[in-house]
Amino acid sequence: MTDTNVTKARLVIVGGGPAGMAAAIAAYDAGVTDVLLLERGNALGGILLQCIHNGFGLHRFGEELSGPEYAARYEAEVKKRNIPFLTDTMVLSVDPDRTVTAMNSTHGVFSVKADAVVLAMGCRERSRGALSIPGKRPAGIYTAGTAQRYVNVQGYLPGKEVVILGSGDIGLIMARRMTLEGAHVKAVCELMPYSGGLNRNIVQCLKDFDIPLMLSHTVSKIHGDTRLTGVSIAEVDEKLRVKPETEQYIPCDTLLLSCGLLPENELTKEAGIPLDAITGGATVNEHRETLTEGIFACGNVLHVHDLVDFVSEEAELAGKSAADYILRGARKAASPITVKPAGKVRYTVPQRIDGEGEDVRLFFRVGAIVDNAVLTVKQGDTLLATKKKRRMTPGEMESFVLPAAKLAGVSGELTVCVESEGK
Amino acid sequence: METKELICIGCPMGCNLTVTVEDGDVKSVTGNTCPRGAEYGKNEVLHPVRTLTSTVFVENRGNMLPVRTDRAIPKECLFEAMKRVNAVTVKAPVSIGDVILSDFYGANLIATMNVL
Repeated sequence: MTDTNVTKARLVIVGGGPAGMAAAIAAYDAGVTDVLLLERGNALGGILLQCIHNGFGLHRFGEELSGPEYAARYEAEVKKRNIPFLTDTMVLSVDPDRTVTAMNSTHGVFSVKADAVVLAMGCRERSRGALSIPGKRPAGIYTAGTAQRYVNVQGYLPGKEVVILGSGDIGLIMARRMTLEGAHVKAVCELMPYSGGLNRNIVQCLKDFDIPLMLSHTVSKIHGDTRLTGVSIAEVDEKLRVKPETEQYIPCDTLLLSCGLLPENELTKEAGIPLDAITGGATVNEHRETLTEGIFACGNVLHVHDLVDFVSEEAELAGKSAADYILRGARKAASPITVKPAGKVRYTVPQRIDGEGEDVRLFFRVGAIVDNAVLTVKQGDTLLATKKKRRMTPGEMESFVLPAAKLAGVSGELTVCVESEGK
Repeated sequence: METKELICIGCPMGCNLTVTVEDGDVKSVTGNTCPRGAEYGKNEVLHPVRTLTSTVFVENRGNMLPVRTDRAIPKECLFEAMKRVNAVTVKAPVSIGDVILSDFYGANLIATMNVL
């Protein structure tokens, strides 16, 4: 950084977690070496650094790593290439003209004028405020990830008698972690009739420790003035309304919330980059370019992924695409294809297809459990692709490849639909 | 002959396994997609094992070092193992793979972060 507060870099990447690091490496390897990676935390790695459990990297490395180990592999690749990065650096704004303004204690406020920007800010947890749980505001209510940081990074146990609301993977992982550290996890309540977490985590985090998973249950009341003293939990009906007659009181000093993740897109919104209402991330084409030219997005800031391995893969695509854009210019089609979800499909990524002559992998999630699922991809009444699967669940991201040959000559709108067979 | 239905924890796929046991010996594992599933199914019925992950205190840094066993250890030893983990402290620098405790229920307890 020079004394003047405006500098240049060919590519600026916002966020030094798994997505940002993989994007930086891929862009560098594709020929753009003038990259600047900006990270808010005090080290590269993002949330992986507090995910000390194993299970990362099976797809990428064929072995089971902890989060910090997975992050360290990418950090080593970043450092091997001497890709510049700044930690403890907060990005304040991203302008549509690709000027990124940030600050840290060394450089003060500074701007970097870039040819392309990759957004890789990740996501955050749905908080109590976002869940509208009624009652007082005593101490002892944390998101599962906050508790994870207390326990795994700082070495504090936030409570002894614990109830967990939401069966997302972080909640399940924390149920095991708190139990191993001596806390008593009394129940995991899940609003939906199915868990949002992976089956393996229900087995190794709950069943291993006899922690009950109460499906179609929610927290209906918070008790306690200065510190949480208990929660009321109750069953919900098919419209997810509390059944008051089923309410029961559970004494506890800690409530952990694991109720979903929200892509962290304040910078994106302020830049005027259009977002997808369902994913909460930017609308992108198959190169992971947003509707604002030269600004790309990848990882959990784009849509919440199940596995970091898939984040890395998507980030490599975004990083390589950003490098292609810098070196070869825009690749937007005059008449792009719009991809529309239908039936049980909640969303797709990408939402539009600009290029021609390339296979395109479409990712999607269903909104409910679908048995004997049939996927159909249509343009108007013309069937382009179909695929069957015994079961699709909301907790598992699905994908399929649309071959270039099928896409040739397609214009307008594609619908991606999943229904149960026979319906 | 007896059959047991299990969910594999070997990877996020979570395959539904059927394990057939006869005279205290595993005759077959079906439903697995990969060899890891067969091994899990067999172990889970005969002698369940788990990888333990936790943290130890870094004396000269004031924060925690993540650690894990380098192979799965007997499931029934997890709580006893945690007592041993929590009795250990380390001093930086520590590198990924450094052995924090050896001869640890048939495994090594290793560091999973570089602390310089």
